[in-house]
Formats: sequence, C-alpha cells, structure tokens
Amino acid sequence: MQKNYDVIVVGSGAAGGQSAYTLCMEGARVLMLEAGRKYSPESETPMFQTPDQAPLRGGSTEDKRFGFYDATVDGGWTVPGEPYVRSTEDPGGRFDWWRARMLGGRTNHWGRISLRNGPYDFKPHSRDGLGMDWPITYDDVAPYYDKVEMLIGVYGASDGLENTPNSPSGCLLPPPAPLVSDLLTQQRAARLGIPIVAVHRAVLTQQLDFRRAPALLHPGNLKAQKIIAADMQRRAACFWATPCGRGCSIRANYQSTTVHLPPASATGNLHILTDAMVREVRLHDSGLAQGVTFIDKTDGSVHSVAARVVVLAASACETVRILLNSKSARFPQGLANSSGKVGRYLMDTVGSSLSGQIPLLESLPPQNEDGAGGEHVYAPWWLYQQQHAGKLDFARGYHIEMGGGKQMPGVGTMKGAEWLTAGSYGRKFKEDARRYYGSFVGFAGRGEMIPNEQSYCEIDPTVKDKWGIPVLRFHWQWSQHETRQAAHMQKTFAAIIEAMGGRVKDGPTLDGARAISPGGFIIHEVGGAIMGADKERSVTNQWCQTWDVKNLFLTDGAVFVSNADKNPTLTIMALAWRSADRILDLMRRKEL
Amino acid sequence: MDRRRTLQWMLAASAAMPLLARRVLGEGEPAAHGEGAPVAPTAHGYGTDPDLTKIYHPGDLWPLTLTRAQRRTAAALCDAIIPADTHSVSASGAGVVDFLDEWVSAPYPAQHEDRALILEGLLWMDAESSRRFAKQFADLGESSQHAICDDVCYEKKAQPQFAVAARFFARYRDLTAGGFYTSPEGRKDLGYVGNVPLLKFSGPPPEVLRKVGLIPPA
Repeated sequence: MQKNYDVIVVGSGAAGGQSAYTLCMEGARVLMLEAGRKYSPESETPMFQTPDQAPLRGGSTEDKRFGFYDATVDGGWTVPGEPYVRSTEDPGGRFDWWRARMLGGRTNHWGRISLRNGPYDFKPHSRDGLGMDWPITYDDVAPYYDKVEMLIGVYGASDGLENTPNSPSGCLLPPPAPLVSDLLTQQRAARLGIPIVAVHRAVLTQQLDFRRAPALLHPGNLKAQKIIAADMQRRAACFWATPCGRGCSIRANYQSTTVHLPPASATGNLHILTDAMVREVRLHDSGLAQGVTFIDKTDGSVHSVAARVVVLAASACETVRILLNSKSARFPQGLANSSGKVGRYLMDTVGSSLSGQIPLLESLPPQNEDGAGGEHVYAPWWLYQQQHAGKLDFARGYHIEMGGGKQMPGVGTMKGAEWLTAGSYGRKFKEDARRYYGSFVGFAGRGEMIPNEQSYCEIDPTVKDKWGIPVLRFHWQWSQHETRQAAHMQKTFAAIIEAMGGRVKDGPTLDGARAISPGGFIIHEVGGAIMGADKERSVTNQWCQTWDVKNLFLTDGAVFVSNADKNPTLTIMALAWRSADRILDLMRRKEL
Repeated sequence: MDRRRTLQWMLAASAAMPLLARRVLGEGEPAAHGEGAPVAPTAHGYGTDPDLTKIYHPGDLWPLTLTRAQRRTAAALCDAIIPADTHSVSASGAGVVDFLDEWVSAPYPAQHEDRALILEGLLWMDAESSRRFAKQFADLGESSQHAICDDVCYEKKAQPQFAVAARFFARYRDLTAGGFYTSPEGRKDLGYVGNVPLLKFSGPPPEVLRKVGLIPPA
C-alpha cells in the first residue's frame, strides 16, 4: 500500500467498480476497500456443475438463500456477525437487507437486467405530483448510458416505446432468439395490448467491438484505449450454457470482478484491499474528508488511510451507515447530514410473481433452451396513457420479467404437482413428469416504489456488529400505490396465462398487501442519501458530491431520488461514471 | 417425535399403535452408512462460503442417519413412486435413497422439519403394511403396495384417517422427484439436453413452433 492516493473508493460492486475504472483509466491513483474477501470468478465459478454434485441437490438453505451455486459469498439477507434491526415485527413493515461480502459484491450474482431510465423517470414529481424530481434529466445521463453499455456489453433492441429509450447504434449487442414460451407469451399478450420485446441484459451475445468502442470510451487517452481494447478481446462471448447467477468464468456477462477491475488494475493505478471493513470517514479540521478508518477483518486491527477524495460506493444502506457512524463536532448527526436527510427515502422495487401451466407447451420435443442464462424478453410498462387518463388506481409503472422452457431440472422439479397429476405415482407419475416438464411460465413484476417518510434507516442505539460498529435499524412502509400495483400485476399475469390457454395453481393474489414482496426482497434498495438541487432537502448535488463535504462523493444507489421500474444497476454505473468525470475535472482544476 | 405429533399420527393410524409404540423414532437397527448416530442431526451446515467447484456426495458434509430398516422402507417407497420403466431406472437406482438420507440428516431447519414428517411417515407405511398384509412395505408385491399408496397419494381426496399420511406422501413424492430428476438418469428421462456449450443459440426449431401453433402446419 502506498501513501499518496488520489481517491479512496469504498466498495467494489457496480458503483465502486465503475468509479475505480473511470478514475484509474484517466490516471488517478485509487485505493479500493472491500469488506469481503478476494474473489476470482475465473477459478471459483461452478460453471457446468449439476445439482446432483451439490449438497441437497443445490437447493436453498440458510447458508445459501439462492441455492448452493449462487455466486454470493458470505452473504444473503443475513450475514453472520453483522446483524441489523427492524423497527417492527409487523409483516407490512418488514425490510430485509441482502449483502455480499466479496470482491465485486452483488454484481457477481445479479440478474444482469440493464434498462435505462427514461425521461419521465428523472422528473416523476413534475408528472404526477408525487415523490421528487432529480436535479438532472435523461439527456444529462444518456451519454453515460451509451458508454456503460459499450463497456460492459448489453444485449437488447431499440423498440421506440414510450419512456423506454432507444440506444444509439453501436451500443447494444444483438438480443438472443426468444424461447418458444417467449413467443407464445408475445403472441397472446399482444391480444391484451401488452408488448413483449427483447430485454436488455449485460451478457455478450458476441465479442465487444474492441476496434471502435475504446476511442469512444476514452477519447484522446491512448493508454486507456489500448488497455480496454486488449481486455475486450479477453472476454469470451456467451456459449449459451450455465446460469448467470453463478457468475461467469469466461467473463461473458458483467460482474465488476470480470469487467471493471481487470482493466482498472492493468493501468497500475488501482490498489485493492479486501477484508477491509470501513467504519467511518474521518473529517479534517478544514471540513474536508481526510480519509477513512477501516478494520482489517483478518486480524481485527484498525487502520486509517488518507486521500484527496473519498468515494463511498458501499451499497445504498452501507453508505448511509458509514455516514451516520462518522460523527464529529461539526456533524453530530453524521457526516454530510446537515439536511437531516441521510437515511431518508429508502426505496426498493415493487415485486410480485405468478406462474402458470400451459397445455400448449406440454410434451414438446427435447431442445436446448438454456439460452443466455437469464431472460430473453420482457414487457416494458405499457399503460402510460391509461394512467395519464386516470384509469388506474396507482401511480407509476412496472415491467414484466418472464421465463419458461426446459431449464435444468432442480430439486423443485415436479414439486407440488398434485393439482395437475391428481396424485399420480408410479409409471404414470413418470409420464406426467415428461408431459409437464417445460410447460410452465413464470411472470415477475418489477415496479416503481414512491419514496415516503416512513421508509428509512438510522443507527440502532444499542446493537453493534462483531467489529463493534453500530448497525442499521430499518423502518418500512408501502403506500397504496405499491400494494395496488402489486394487485394489478397479479391480475395482469393471470390474464396473460389465461390468454395462453393456461392455468394457475392457486389463482392470483388480489389483495395487494399480500401480493407484494417484503421490502428488500427484490434487492433493489436505493435512496438514503438522495441527490437534489436544494441542499436543505438533499445530501448530494447532481454530481453525487455531498453538499457538506466537497471531497466526499456517494456513487451508489444511495443518491437515487426515485426508483423507476428499470432496475437500478445500469443507472448506478452511468451516474458513477458521470461523477468520476466530475472528480477528475475538479482534480485537474485543483479544486479538490 | 413430540407428543402432539405422535398423537396425530396415532389417531391417523390407530390400528398400527402397537407397532408404533414399540419402535421409538431413531432406535432399532444400526446405521447402514458409516457410524452416523441414529439421532437428530447436530452437525453444522456448509457455511456461507463453501467451495462451489468441488463435487459433493451425500455423507461428505454431515453424517447420514437413516437406519438400515429406514433405508429399506425408503427405497421401496421411492421406487413405488418412481419405478423403473422403459425410459429410465427407478429412483433408488438413481441414488435417491442416499439423497433422501442426506436431506433428512441435514442440519438446516427446513430439512429438520421434513425429517420428523418423513421418519414418522416411513414408520406409518410399515405399520399400515403390517396391519393390512402382515408384512413390511418393502416385502409387499406391487398390487399390495398400490392398495396402500392409492389411499394416501392425493391429499385432496384422502379419507380423514389418511390425512396425515397423505401429507407425508406428498412431501415424500416431492423429494423423490427432486432427487430423481436432478440425477443424470432423471435429466435424461425428461429430455433435458442443455448444459453444453454452443457456438450459436438459434431458438426453437420449426417442429416445436408448429406443434405450439406459432407457425402453420407443414
């Protein structure tokens, strides 16, 4: 470890990875601190392992909530030795916090869905009077969406649908062919006026354009262009096997560990410290951030490091936690919290799902439907006009993710099939299994939650983690906009399944409060240190720079002012790149 | 077996009471595999950072705990559910008994709950076989096995005295299917042909689209 870093980046996921990438490629010396262990997707990813090679056939357990082969290390909705607190036992106030303690964080296992926010999504309050507007517009972020898509590799198409931006030519890779269940869904959903189009996912359906893209990503920077061109050639295209949630040893999908960190490291400007649990940001007498204090988890020792700039990219809630735990005479309520807004306006995504059995898809001949290791198609929100005309009982929209096909059988294959088989066993059961395998389709809604005053986090006055760091206490409440939206999802999914000639086991759940997943379940938590145009009502300016401490930047989802139905990761990266450009600019001008 | 559950089962199968009373859960024959004690599992799970690239077998991470007698009944029942046919081997032929043993021996709460249901259910199967045919379930011919299974195979239609046994049977069938269809033999039986690298992904072939009606008949 050297002494003179330009920037300390806390966190190594989508935000930390992007911040470090941009800063290092443009010449800044970066120290990255990651609370989890070192992780190497090339050697650690179980690519072709089958469930029979795993304990309990790979099923979910307390240790691995998404199944044995999920990439998450030392994580989940609980992390040993790192508790958090809920303010209530009431199920409606439940919030669960998913963390990963590994290099690359949650980018190693995420769904890779990479949707751009649209113009409406940055100005929601102006459209319906709810929530708040961002201090930026779509046009401010669009060039960064272009860059991130070109860098990480995103498949998809530009369909010209409302508030669903097209990407300029050269940004997207070709989408994969739809599965037969996708095509049938598309045909039948069209009768209901629901458009099904190619989803955007961060998976290489072909090699990146290493000849053209580097100069667009790093104009005038030949060293950076050379590094990224070489790295793009080392990433393989998808070979149409193995689920993305395991990670990808051939680097065909985006994870920070396979896309951001290798080229950033190749510059020689990045130093990564793993097992470094940041406790607080230290404040200099001048009012600037001096550096951070962290605990080396391998031996419990406490260290301080300094730099010109501190970037918190620890994930929305962890960033909030670090700020609130960084108390000083100047900031008795936590660092950069003169507005009192740190911890406020925590949001997740509205989630609800339903699956159906489709007789038309029964007993189809064997075919390989592994595909791109995740969704190929989706339905963007399609009811802007009806909503505008006051025909819906909730604000904001959702998109529909969907899946089907003859996926690799799992420990739940034929589970609970009595409703179809009338309790068959013996040779008849085996016939039934052949008949029904691959005949199910699943729909999951992912919708916008409007920020509210009842959903926030703060430091619990008593509970500490095993490092002695005070932990978060969560307060959570959905509004009727969210619960009604969840009910609408259920009705819609049931209608699509019916239009496909299918059936639903227990029927849709029409009570929205029961249909909605608990807070945190969709793992899209954002907000907590929102950006704004007014320093009395926000924590950062439009550059993710805190109003109170000018060399402190927050580049993760904490700055989100709203949580559009577009899934946050692509926007996190676009904003982190934009923020890093600002940091570089201010450093060049000696303002930092 | 806690008292409330014991009572439920005994009411459900009152004719089998003498046998149930004689055989307390987990006692009896020695373990068939290793020296795993036939008691509720106390081992630890695989933790939050297991080696994902390694190949695991039942018994590698925690001791298997079923007795020889339990495994014998377990094998007979899973083969009644998934017998050999012209497509594939039976459940036990694909290693499902080892999987079930791994499952009920696992140190996780969900599996622990299944353990109680399954061990009691296996006892019930033998008790019911003894009551009706004076034999253990594994010693019955197919038609006698089916006579019992027919009464418990469909939870919704089961007579009240078979309600608990039907709940057991449904769970046991789920696990048997989960074990079988994740085995190489089961995957092949279902016609799963993925998990191989491809140069190109072309989507569904015309015969599939035709069958679903997405393109006109040839």
